[in-house]
Amino acid sequence: MTAHPTSPRFKDNARKALDDAQLQKALGNVRQNFIERRAAVAAKLPEFEALRDSARDIKNHTLENLDLYLERYEDAVTKAGGQVHWARTAAEAREAIVGICKRVGAKTVTKGKSMISEEIALNDAIEAAGMQAVETDLGEYIIQPRHEAPSHIIAPAVHLNATQVESDFRKHHTHLDPNRDLSQPTQLLTEARTILREKFLAADVGITGANFLIAETGTSIIVTNEGNGDLTQTLPKIHIVIASIEKVVPTLEDASQILRVLARSATGQEMSVYTTFSTGPRRPGDVDGPEEYHVVLLDNGRSAMLGTEFQEMLRCIRCGACMNHCPVYHAVGGHAYGWVYPGPMGAVLTPTLIGVDKGGHLPNASTFCGRCESVCPVRIPLPKLMRHWREREFERHLTPATVRSGLGFWAFFAKRPALYRLATGLAMRGLARLGKAKGRFTSLPFASGWTDHRDFPAPQGKTFQQQWKARRNGRSA
Amino acid sequence: MPEKSATRRPRVGLFVTCLVDLMRPSVGFAAVKLLEDAGCIVDVPSQTCCGQPAFNSGDRANARAIAEKTIAAFERFDYVVAPSGSCAGQIRKHYPELFQGDPNLAPRAAKLADKTYELVSFLVDVMGVTGVEATFSGDVTYHDSCSGLRELGVKSQPRMLLSSVEGLKLVEMKENEVCCGFGGTFAVKYGDISDSIVSKKTENVSDSGAHTLLAGDLGCLMNMAGKLQREGKTVEVRHVAEVLAGMTDTPPIGAPAEAAE
Repeated sequence: MTAHPTSPRFKDNARKALDDAQLQKALGNVRQNFIERRAAVAAKLPEFEALRDSARDIKNHTLENLDLYLERYEDAVTKAGGQVHWARTAAEAREAIVGICKRVGAKTVTKGKSMISEEIALNDAIEAAGMQAVETDLGEYIIQPRHEAPSHIIAPAVHLNATQVESDFRKHHTHLDPNRDLSQPTQLLTEARTILREKFLAADVGITGANFLIAETGTSIIVTNEGNGDLTQTLPKIHIVIASIEKVVPTLEDASQILRVLARSATGQEMSVYTTFSTGPRRPGDVDGPEEYHVVLLDNGRSAMLGTEFQEMLRCIRCGACMNHCPVYHAVGGHAYGWVYPGPMGAVLTPTLIGVDKGGHLPNASTFCGRCESVCPVRIPLPKLMRHWREREFERHLTPATVRSGLGFWAFFAKRPALYRLATGLAMRGLARLGKAKGRFTSLPFASGWTDHRDFPAPQGKTFQQQWKARRNGRSA
Repeated sequence: MPEKSATRRPRVGLFVTCLVDLMRPSVGFAAVKLLEDAGCIVDVPSQTCCGQPAFNSGDRANARAIAEKTIAAFERFDYVVAPSGSCAGQIRKHYPELFQGDPNLAPRAAKLADKTYELVSFLVDVMGVTGVEATFSGDVTYHDSCSGLRELGVKSQPRMLLSSVEGLKLVEMKENEVCCGFGGTFAVKYGDISDSIVSKKTENVSDSGAHTLLAGDLGCLMNMAGKLQREGKTVEVRHVAEVLAGMTDTPPIGAPAEAAE
């Protein structure tokens, strides 16, 4: 599922996505709904821009002192009766989680929505160990039997429509009346809910992600809209939190501050429906809660980003605003990106996590329109970071030879103004003559990448610099 | 009209941009007219390109070499003005980044950055131009090119000046702030995706009902014009400077000479 990235085949993935009429229709919803809602809710809050600054600053401060806050967090978790498991790699994280599940003899493991779980391909590991993993977020529940990765970090099934969901439910829920009415989305919801209720009650272990980890209290916070996260973490005997190290923030106040930009940026809500805090296992006298509370803290290449030009990426709070506003994401959807994280944030993060040799297309497949940066709640300069990947690719000679030689050819002239004027003057005059009758070209042998899709205008003739020189000479004469 | 005699007329170096230089010199002459009408003394030093293609392809060495030439050619002017948000943005926002930590070039890049502007915003924000003397008949729609909009804050200025053009009616299209899919080399490297993005744009352009599409960047204009023409649409495409300068006797972008009236 997520273990083998198809990112190296990004162009093929994109072509398929562009030809998929159903997907294109679904992406139209992203293009409209998310954008309008975010704009409306941001406009209602006068301090929204100041809050973005503040969120950026909190994250920057934390990253500058990450070791300190992580240790403080571990102490606080331990004091609250929980246990922190440090995982350097995806494999170590899977081992830690599967190990706990095996130790308690788990059969059913429920899961709240977690992108880290996708990153480490946790479901496969749980199933391989003979246990059943059940996604409880509706979107994740829908895509799990399809063996698909989420196509959006906060709307995992955004690529599907209700008819597809209905047909999947009929295929997989074989114990139900085949003639039942599922024509309404609410009926689909009710059916999923009924089935999930049994799973919640049967679960031995519940796994959730975390939007924030609070260093001062050892608390983990999840934000959800369905309440599935609460049922996942309170009902089973064991609660495991899987989170990456950059999720830590110093205090509850810090988290509250960032929460004010999170939902607004993500879904255009002021707050998500549920914001759930959990600190340690059930205490004596508590009426509910798990008996054991574990946190698996994943590094997986993140600490190596500290101190590099990619450190700013670690501010990301996974709201999805960048992909919601990205014209490339709107065109091809999330699966084309070929791994776990799509859109602009994925274009920066993926090469870090799977290597730029595999993820190299992603930071190149951007027009640098800058809309992602303009909406990022923690002001990550995403285009700049994508450009840094292009620099690394260029240095390592991973840039395609055709691009490299084309660029070299052009740069040769661009650095030599006299030669440039001579060469371009001749070339433009020739092109202008060829294109004069139509005013444009419908095909050009050296620019088929352009003319496959659109006409190329003919140049007017003499270059501006030639004409300017003539005009100035005329004036002074 | 602004008072011109009271202060020294500013000397402006026109960074004509490689696309305008090679493809559509008439935009350069429109820019010269607008700048001179606003009271500037305009000169055009020998130049090639701002280096953005190299910079955005990760080729820092060539980007720096080209930028260094641009700095040397333009630093003697009071202002540097380009009929493009993208190229002006490259100088204004990215030259300082390119020379960060370079004791010789960083201060020079910063100085040049501070006095570099996109044409229309320069006219309005620096020269205090509030209107132009030009006529243009028909409905036009305006596309906000990304770099101008998001790096330089070009949004209200072209609209303000267009509203002073006699006979011109501005009709806004949907998603006028959304990228047209050009993105420099992106349009060729990821042609399929670029095509999908520009198709949405041309749909919004035709839905607006406007007869003419304007923008401030020739790259975007060539992309949109090329797609409109491939789709057989009759919308005419021009650089905003041509309309503001009243220099619309040249054929629109990609149109044969015969079509011009």
